[in-house]
Amino acid sequence: MNQKSKRRISLTVSYVVLGIGAIIMLVPLIWAFTTSLKATNEAFVYPPTLFGKEILWENYLRISDRFDFLNMFKNTALVAAATVVLQLITSAMAGFAFSYLKFRGRDKIFMLFLFSMMVPYHVLLVPTFMLLREMNLINTLWSLILPVAVTPFGAFLMRQSFQSLPSEMGEAAKIDGCSPWGVFTRMYVPLAKPALTTLGIFSLVGSWNDFLRPLIYLTDDRMMTITLGIYNMQGAFSTNWPVLMCTVMVSIIPVLIVFLCLQDLFVEGVALTGMK
Amino acid sequence: MKRRKFFSGDGWWGFVFLLPVMIGFLVFIAYPMIESFRLSFTDYAMREDYQYVGLNNYITAFTDDTARTVLKNTIIFTLCSVPVLIIVPVFLACALNQKLKGVRFFRAVYFVPTMISMVATGIIWQWMFNAEFGIVNYFLEQIGITGPSWLTSKPWALIAVIVANIWKTLGYNMMLFLAGLQNVPSMYYEAAALDGVNMWTKFTKITWPLLKPTTLFVTIMTISSSFQVFDTIVVMTSGGPARSSSVLVHYIYQCAFKFYDMGYACALGWLLAIFIIIITAVQFRANSRFSID
Repeated sequence: MNQKSKRRISLTVSYVVLGIGAIIMLVPLIWAFTTSLKATNEAFVYPPTLFGKEILWENYLRISDRFDFLNMFKNTALVAAATVVLQLITSAMAGFAFSYLKFRGRDKIFMLFLFSMMVPYHVLLVPTFMLLREMNLINTLWSLILPVAVTPFGAFLMRQSFQSLPSEMGEAAKIDGCSPWGVFTRMYVPLAKPALTTLGIFSLVGSWNDFLRPLIYLTDDRMMTITLGIYNMQGAFSTNWPVLMCTVMVSIIPVLIVFLCLQDLFVEGVALTGMK
Repeated sequence: MKRRKFFSGDGWWGFVFLLPVMIGFLVFIAYPMIESFRLSFTDYAMREDYQYVGLNNYITAFTDDTARTVLKNTIIFTLCSVPVLIIVPVFLACALNQKLKGVRFFRAVYFVPTMISMVATGIIWQWMFNAEFGIVNYFLEQIGITGPSWLTSKPWALIAVIVANIWKTLGYNMMLFLAGLQNVPSMYYEAAALDGVNMWTKFTKITWPLLKPTTLFVTIMTISSSFQVFDTIVVMTSGGPARSSSVLVHYIYQCAFKFYDMGYACALGWLLAIFIIIITAVQFRANSRFSID
């Protein structure tokens, strides 16, 4: 067998494997989508059909019938936006301190951050709950924002990114009389845009999809976020799968758009987290 | 004297830059961590009159039948998930690491589930696994198997949750392997091509050995996240039937916020933390050995 035909076999095998895999990966999503367009009674037929007799786009208008879905969407977006902004600011500042600045105890503090990354956040749930209750923040959106405003992972990621910048650049600015604040805002932050975007996407998706925190810290219907809302709807809508699937689809769309727009950055970002 | 030493160099600026971060870190990470450690030695139950009970909570964790069940389920969950979540992503990544058309499309298809919330994943798969109208049992019937009532019968509920979790996590691991593969120097493959080596040998002799650090990282990360699984299980089965799909974090959540046995919940949390710290430390050590090699 010559090289060319060998390569052709390898490509064909790859396409077949990837194709079958892709179909398996897509079936749940397609099934959820077509279910969302069915009449309630048509979801419950056996053997299952892909589409019902009619395609009911108006199911999507019914997601607010029993729950204030728009409000949930707004809450989730607010929490996500605030989380992203706060995490970017705190992580960039910490990353700068841990890379550009030189002061006593710097590496010890950084080691402390690294250690805290290993401890799962479930350990913190009970004391954080007590703390938020003390601060009267239970049942407010702040309870989902403040505890995650600082992320050791973000500080770690930004430190990595800043360390890859040539140190002569910062030194030169220093000699020219530029303060660390100037170096930070005018050089380091603009140059670290890819890392900041990556971190932004991670915190956006993390916040958008968070479930355990809302489940514990929120009981007020008006404060509910989408994931908690869907969980509660599941009980109330146990017989109305099409409308439940509509809410699921709507919850997916924003992160999907972000992903499709920033796919390449995302791929780089995952690679970054895999680095030591 | 000590002060001058601290503020020498960039000390003052370090203070300015770290202040916002340190406030957040001390209030919402360091303090809760210490507090949770302290509470794990008490019988705290949301009341002010609690007592220190020494190691009782930790001893209970090893004798409590429910804790044993959830630990067993967590281990089964992990042992079933991890091999699939290593082997399948490796092959997918190898297939995607060639010059072929539609790489971006395939990459997106496999990666999209990782963006979806665990709650949405749980709802979608609950519907897939529906015993009467679910598409899984429909496909099984096509090949002559009568599917079980997945979410309400004993071994199957846990298996259904494992399948849903694999669907959700596969793409992320694939992406990590893809990043690892991009670091394998192409000269090895060029040399192999000159020698006329077949695909399988190329994989076992070049790709797999050179991917070792990535594989180790992905394995540790997958074990660690499998031990922390929660959302999908609550949505799909609520841990049932009869706790057969309940896992460690689910039990921690219940102890803390359903049974208000918060001291015990903290102790269970710390046992989980110790396990994760140990396996992460193993990874760090192995990694430094790789870089010496």
